[in-house]
Amino acid sequence: MTTATRTFDWTSDEIMTVAAARALGDGMSCFVGIGLPSTAANLARRTHAPDLWMIYESGTLGTVPAHLPLSIGDGVLAESADAVVSVPEVFNLWLQAGRIDVGFLGAAQLDRYANINTTVIGDYADPEVRLPGAGGAPEIAASCGEVVIIVRHSARAFVDRVDFVTSVGHGRGPGDRERLGLRGRGPTRVITDLGVLEPDPDTRELVLTGVHPGVTVDEVRAATGWDLKVVETPAVTPEPTAAELSVLRSLTGPEARR
Amino acid sequence: MIAPLDEAIAELVHDGDTVALEGFTHLIPVEAGHEIIRQGLRHLTLVRMTPDIVYDRMIGAGCARKLVFSWGGNPGVGSLHRFRDAVTTGWPVPLEVEEHSHAGMANRYLAGASGLPFAVLRGYSGTDLVGHNPHIKTITCPFTGQELAAVPALNPDVTVIHAQRADRAGNVQLWGIIGIQKEAALAADRVLVTVEEVVDTLEPVPGQVVLPARVVDRVSVVPGGAAPSYAHGYYERDNEAYKSWDAVGRDREAFTRWLADLTAAAPAATLEGTAP
Repeated sequence: MTTATRTFDWTSDEIMTVAAARALGDGMSCFVGIGLPSTAANLARRTHAPDLWMIYESGTLGTVPAHLPLSIGDGVLAESADAVVSVPEVFNLWLQAGRIDVGFLGAAQLDRYANINTTVIGDYADPEVRLPGAGGAPEIAASCGEVVIIVRHSARAFVDRVDFVTSVGHGRGPGDRERLGLRGRGPTRVITDLGVLEPDPDTRELVLTGVHPGVTVDEVRAATGWDLKVVETPAVTPEPTAAELSVLRSLTGPEARR
Repeated sequence: MIAPLDEAIAELVHDGDTVALEGFTHLIPVEAGHEIIRQGLRHLTLVRMTPDIVYDRMIGAGCARKLVFSWGGNPGVGSLHRFRDAVTTGWPVPLEVEEHSHAGMANRYLAGASGLPFAVLRGYSGTDLVGHNPHIKTITCPFTGQELAAVPALNPDVTVIHAQRADRAGNVQLWGIIGIQKEAALAADRVLVTVEEVVDTLEPVPGQVVLPARVVDRVSVVPGGAAPSYAHGYYERDNEAYKSWDAVGRDREAFTRWLADLTAAAPAATLEGTAP
């Protein structure tokens, strides 16, 4: 269905990661999940946000890893951190106390109100697929100032209602976060390999606000499991710069991981 | 105090116990888990924030009847297939699960270590974990009226951790990512620590945690005992081993062969750790 009139020298995963990195402002404190969020946060720190203060849930505060960690607690995170604290400290004194500006999360399933499922596909008692579970995500989604979600777009992942609410986005709509006592603003952006979704200010439902170059609105709608609303004129993501691509490839290339 | 691993496990861990092998990606007591498999322990309630491949192996070997956890995966690789198989098909034995968030588990250990019956946190609100776990409840702050989450204290019968080193009296020193080990140890009735080495004097290290000998029951010297996780200052994480476990864990026959090799082998190098 792609109607690209020219080929690009970057992949859909690369523009997703670049777009996610750009969502992080310099000097922000960022609670980083492993995988795509970690790649994007490290890209941001090496490009436009050198003072991004990255926290991993293993208790590494202000870490500056020399290469991308495979796990949330690789030694490279501890070696370069401003401080290494215990797990209760990172969750209670840093996250719960409201000291983190932005939480950066992935998802196995995401719904129209940006609720996240990383627990089970299907029925909880008799699941089709048993996923890893909650980890730090419920409280990251609750207590960070805002949440950015990075996830590949597909109708299997983008569902009308998640099978299990592991982490609350905007609940079932306006007022739900306040009612639940969740202190952060919740998901402000969902960045995918096709485009960018943001919650409607009134309904809190995710709407398509931007597409990546070469992607059509119809393609995004076809990869979304609900009747996706689209802003009048979706923005087109600026293409990755040569510098962004160079840094990203140095992080993820075959030589990057030990 | 200092005992070979097989003796320490036999002495401290019994069928039906609630057992926590803790370590947040770092200092995971993998060899102790293997010894639990070798000794054929059964009906364990296994507790851990981040059950990874060592719990996958223990579950596949049929050691566990229940898993209490907050994130069960092969970090950076994918799923735990023995865990999945036990949950979805009951192979080799059915596995009951009780799941929390990391913040909930951390606070459960902290309450257990503090001698409190429960912990309070801002958490779980609006999630489906609440409806599926009777151990997550709501409590009203008596001072402000705020609604908060309450979770019960966690007090394992046995906590097993791995540390860089101990002295001959059994004082234990660990550093790097310190995770939840101190709280898990202090919450437990019995504590076993495997260490890389025993030294005469514990030289201070920045960011260290020291567990005084009076809260440690047994120390076993197991060099490399955290591999394929890592011991900061001793060896690095073997990421390839985590990746290659995926194919073994995915297939019951491959896993059964792995298990036969493990149980046929003698315990990994365990030293008395005392000078002759």
